[in-house]
Amino acid sequence: MSATPFTRRKFLISTAAAASSAWFLAACSPDEGSAPEAAPSPSTVPQADIDQALDTETTLTFWTWVPDIENEVKLFTTKYPKIKVNVTNVGQGAPHYQKLRSTIQAGQGAPDVAQVEFQFINSFTLGEGDLLDLTPYVPATLKDSYPEWVWSQVFTNGGLWGIPQDTGPMGLLYRDDLLQAAGLQAPKTYDDFASAAQTYRSKNPKSYLVNVAPNQPGQLVAYLWQAGVRPFSFDGQQTVKVDLANEQAKNVVKFWGDLVTSGTASNDADFNDSWYQGLANGKWATLPIAAWGPVFLQGTAGKTSGKWRAADLPQWDASTIVSSNWGGSTNAVLKLSKNQVAASQLALFINTDKESALKFANEQFLFPAMKEILADPGFLNEEFKFYGGQKVNEKFAQISETVGTDFQWLPFMDFVYTNFNETLGKAFADKTDAVAGLQAWQDACAKFAKDQGFTVA
Amino acid sequence: MSTLVDAAPAPTTPLPRRSRLTAAKRRQYGAAYTLVLPFFIVFVATMIVPLVYAGYLSLYRTRLIGGTSFAGAENYIRALTDPLFLSGVARMAIFLVIQVPIMIALALFFALALDSGMMKLARFSRLAIFVPYAVPGVVATLMWGYLYGPDFGPFAQISRSLGFGPPPFLTQNGMLFSIMNIVNWAFIGYNMIIIYAALRSIPSELYEAARVDGASEPRIALSIKIPAVRPALLLTVIFSVIGTFQLFTEPKLMHTLAPNVIGTAYTPNLYAYNIAFVNQDANYAAALAFLLGIVIMIVSYIVQLTSQRKERLS
Repeated sequence: MSATPFTRRKFLISTAAAASSAWFLAACSPDEGSAPEAAPSPSTVPQADIDQALDTETTLTFWTWVPDIENEVKLFTTKYPKIKVNVTNVGQGAPHYQKLRSTIQAGQGAPDVAQVEFQFINSFTLGEGDLLDLTPYVPATLKDSYPEWVWSQVFTNGGLWGIPQDTGPMGLLYRDDLLQAAGLQAPKTYDDFASAAQTYRSKNPKSYLVNVAPNQPGQLVAYLWQAGVRPFSFDGQQTVKVDLANEQAKNVVKFWGDLVTSGTASNDADFNDSWYQGLANGKWATLPIAAWGPVFLQGTAGKTSGKWRAADLPQWDASTIVSSNWGGSTNAVLKLSKNQVAASQLALFINTDKESALKFANEQFLFPAMKEILADPGFLNEEFKFYGGQKVNEKFAQISETVGTDFQWLPFMDFVYTNFNETLGKAFADKTDAVAGLQAWQDACAKFAKDQGFTVA
Repeated sequence: MSTLVDAAPAPTTPLPRRSRLTAAKRRQYGAAYTLVLPFFIVFVATMIVPLVYAGYLSLYRTRLIGGTSFAGAENYIRALTDPLFLSGVARMAIFLVIQVPIMIALALFFALALDSGMMKLARFSRLAIFVPYAVPGVVATLMWGYLYGPDFGPFAQISRSLGFGPPPFLTQNGMLFSIMNIVNWAFIGYNMIIIYAALRSIPSELYEAARVDGASEPRIALSIKIPAVRPALLLTVIFSVIGTFQLFTEPKLMHTLAPNVIGTAYTPNLYAYNIAFVNQDANYAAALAFLLGIVIMIVSYIVQLTSQRKERLS
């Protein structure tokens, strides 16, 4: 309750600031990071306590869907033989979070460590919070191990809620052969992209330069992020910002909507069988996708090997290169854990020990979060035959440095993403006014926030 | 079912009073209760307790901020004015009116054909018609999803090679019929088996008598077989009503193929699921589930009532 006066003040500030969203972004967002309501940072846990916890017979439960993560866990248990780790896969994405929330609500059966994607962290910090602030359990220098934007994803409202595991900086994969046949090059700006889309379409009546997936909020949010839109924020208490329909966002959405309504871009749902076959059969000449995309595509469109290349996303402003992120996750420790120290060390070790982190990058193809791995020659210099021998990791490591910082999430992204399909996504699917769809998305999200008792700034 | 019910209120001794029970009778009762006890324990634990809990939940309101508070009938009022829920129920009503008659008619036709004894390969046909029911719903929907596919599905390819566009299987207008087709495909065999079993239990003397009177096979089917299997038909209709309103797997899986056609509220069950697990509003979902249960009970009751009236009239 002590937070109420602060919230009201904050609400007033935010309302006044809403008039000028640019100023709002510049002035208000950093303020939220160092907000006075942040819990006083607990003092660091002494190394002796950590050592003792790691030298005590302990069984940890770890919920994750990452394949073969047992290999990294094994490095940890080999180093600390008294710790036993049960790795359980309870489903990927939505089913995982549903079970996690159920066990948290029940107060029992929850794991010690869990996989949590960047955009879902906030949904676990509501109220008392379900996640353990890891600040006291990690070295003070950990911040310096990550690009700034990665750290801003896990360190919010004065707490460290997860150890970054993988990321998804956005790039553009394209079919070199198809573009050349159409007399085109990989577009550098969105203006180029729009005209290339038209040229390509006029020369290829059966295929498109690009697809606009009406079921993929993650991709659209990445487009917004790249354009500098910061539609969401959450103060860790009860104030949220939902600002999806600002001018910048409208421009981005209009761009993609126009491509769809003019028939220049297709509007197929993605990540289903038909889409996979389309990729393999050259239905699209480009694929804007995150850093986890290249290896995925290799598995999906094997017969197009050697024809793809990786590049930066097209830019809104040709003078600087800016990218964004789609996907990526962390390992978080639950407050309910009875072995918080050991659990925090598991999350820390598998993601920051060099051998373990390299394993993730080179064997499971998770795109690394840590600077050290992003600069590792073995990782960078791998030449991908599928991409004509291009060093794709090196390209995406460069892109990682250009990802815009300070992108925040709402504590109810499940709703926001699901509602996309019925508002903006539906506009793409039905080829109707995308900007009106964006407004509908904004209205639905703001209404949901109010219904749930949030103060909407 | 009916024999059990009929047998129960037929006591051999007039007005048996507890005090007069012999030791032997008491032992018998004891044995009977012991035998049904395991069922009741499981029934109470897995049906009654969750139902009561859901009913309790539906009277509260939980918000992400502010916690839980008593809401009375608020969730129910909200549901009755929720266009998404109502349109889902309406959609299922359309589904019911179109799909169930087609399915039951075909199931009856196949059952009569098999029962006529005039078919070669009768056993094989019976199995072939039944097999789709044995295919798990998830697999069936994935398979149909491929067949319906507008780009690489076989129907689309044939249609394109003939110079037409892809058939509108997965569009706003076509989707409901596409789902009906999957449900028909899966459940005709199941319903056929129920009707067929009922047909086999008709005493053959009736047929002989009819033939002696000069009745043709179609006449026998119409005047003897169909009236005789009416209870089985009623059973299949009621199962279908319940199944229709609880439709979930097919739309849930078709969602990945046509995410913008099948929204969160395509069927009432899907809506309740999304409210509970996406919107994290278990309270409202419980109210929706209860209302859906009431709708199912009303429709089932109407079906039963009309068929009973028909029986009385005939």
